[in-house]
Amino acid sequence: MEMSKKLQLARLAAQVRLNILDEVHAARSGHPGGSLSIADVLTYLYFCEMKVDPKNPKDPARDRFVLSKGHTAPALYAVLAEKGFFPREDLITLRKVDSYLQGHPDMKGTPGVDMSTGSLGLGISAACGMALAAKLKGQDYRTYTVVGDGESEEGQVWEACMFAAHYKLDNLCVMIDWNGLQIDGPVAEVMNPTPHDEKLRAFGFHVIVIDGHNFDEIEAALNEAKTVKGKPTAIILKTVKGKGVSFMENQVGWHGSAPNDEQYEKAVAELKAAL
Amino acid sequence: MADKIATREAYGAALAELGEKYDFVVLDADLAAATKTGIFKKKYPERHINCGIAEGNMISVAAGLAAAGTTPFASTFAMFAAGRAFEQIRNSVGYPHLNVKIGATHAGITVGEDGATHQCNEDIALMRTIPGMTIINPVDAVEARAAVEAALLHNGPVYMRFGRYALPVINDADYKFELGKGVTMREGTDVTLIATGLPVHLALTAAEMLAAEGISARVVNIHTIKPLDKDIVLKAAAETGAIVTVEEHSVIGGLGAAVCEVVCEGLPVPVLRVGVEDTFGRSGTVPALLEAYGLTPENIVAKAKAALAQKK
Repeated sequence: MEMSKKLQLARLAAQVRLNILDEVHAARSGHPGGSLSIADVLTYLYFCEMKVDPKNPKDPARDRFVLSKGHTAPALYAVLAEKGFFPREDLITLRKVDSYLQGHPDMKGTPGVDMSTGSLGLGISAACGMALAAKLKGQDYRTYTVVGDGESEEGQVWEACMFAAHYKLDNLCVMIDWNGLQIDGPVAEVMNPTPHDEKLRAFGFHVIVIDGHNFDEIEAALNEAKTVKGKPTAIILKTVKGKGVSFMENQVGWHGSAPNDEQYEKAVAELKAAL
Repeated sequence: MADKIATREAYGAALAELGEKYDFVVLDADLAAATKTGIFKKKYPERHINCGIAEGNMISVAAGLAAAGTTPFASTFAMFAAGRAFEQIRNSVGYPHLNVKIGATHAGITVGEDGATHQCNEDIALMRTIPGMTIINPVDAVEARAAVEAALLHNGPVYMRFGRYALPVINDADYKFELGKGVTMREGTDVTLIATGLPVHLALTAAEMLAAEGISARVVNIHTIKPLDKDIVLKAAAETGAIVTVEEHSVIGGLGAAVCEVVCEGLPVPVLRVGVEDTFGRSGTVPALLEAYGLTPENIVAKAKAALAQKK
């Protein structure tokens, strides 16, 4: 990847992270940790990978994205706003009673949201349905979904994986956000779902493991996924929960709590330095 | 038509018939032979998607298909649709109001010998609580076929409840089905029997028995439980002053409860409910089970008389 493109992506991702902080700070609740861990991959998906048009968010030919780990909606909204689906100023209405930015993604109310998610394990199945619909209709759009590593403890995730491989959904790309932490603690201690790579291979996926914060690796993996025929691809993203805000990184406490004013100012100062 | 036919059979046949006119796909969870979607599969194998024994995934896959502009029918037993996959129906289908049609077969105690684990007497109650859900429980094969087409023409989630047990066909072939409208099957002035599904047949027999005793019983078939035809219920309350509801479902949360809600709020008159009391099903032949759970014309007659006695 050219250095200029990489710098542009880094700046965009920093702005996405700032948006995430703005959202959860204004809402006084939400899930910053797992939002920050997927900020880079979502930035790449929406700015370099997916065929989407903010002016025509329901275009039947568009690529689809399903945030199966729906609690990290702040990351999705942050990217959608940057992409122009709705004004960045609206982000601070997150979780407010009359806002179209619900605590978890709502496809009926939010431009650019392709599927309502939030209850873990359901989104990946819906993504399978979207990918299957493309096959049935002979459409060439692709479907992407991000699943949490903690979320992969849900049995339905594996039902969906079986389905994706059985129906040879090579137009589906499942990304696992392997940040290693869930609400109650380290994923390995709560209920260890690893090794994801071996399990997904056994389930019939083409598996790629990458650094989920490295744009070169993200680009290479997504390009590789498009060349795979006859089976779905899983990209395991090794990420850092809370990535980009020093005091949030790898801290389980930031899974589902918002920064106070002082913490917010500190985080903003760090992220602005990356702009 | 003299032959008896189960509504699940009519469902499968309707899918196969309507597959030519409408663009839709059918999902099943390893029960195509029992839900009768196998009839559709035979004709349109490329439009039939077996999801294996994974009902939760099937419902969310159906939601994804609908979100991408495809109309899916998702079929399994009522227990595993409304029961196992309740949350997927609520969150993946109901909340985004997606155009998913759920064909739930083997509802109620007439599953028979398989017993309690497979006898879903709670599905109407569960589905009623989901905002925007339409619930249809047809009385016979003609109405079942009409319900499938009505579901296709309706934009939004629909839960269709079908039975395993073969029933006589009581509607004519030219029967006009109107979603959300109850059907007065028999006029009457003293009491109204409001029933849904198989029990409509029982209520019609009960009305004959009541007539022999000089009691004029109206019989109303509620094929659409949600949205409920409040007008026909309130009209029955106003004109007959007493109501007996009959359903092959728990008396908690189903048709009886829905009728009570409307009557209590609109025009209080005595309402007595016939259905599965607060208990589980069990194994047995269908006639033995209907008898054991009070789903008989005799019990309906007794309840009708009790309701009449409560009239002021």
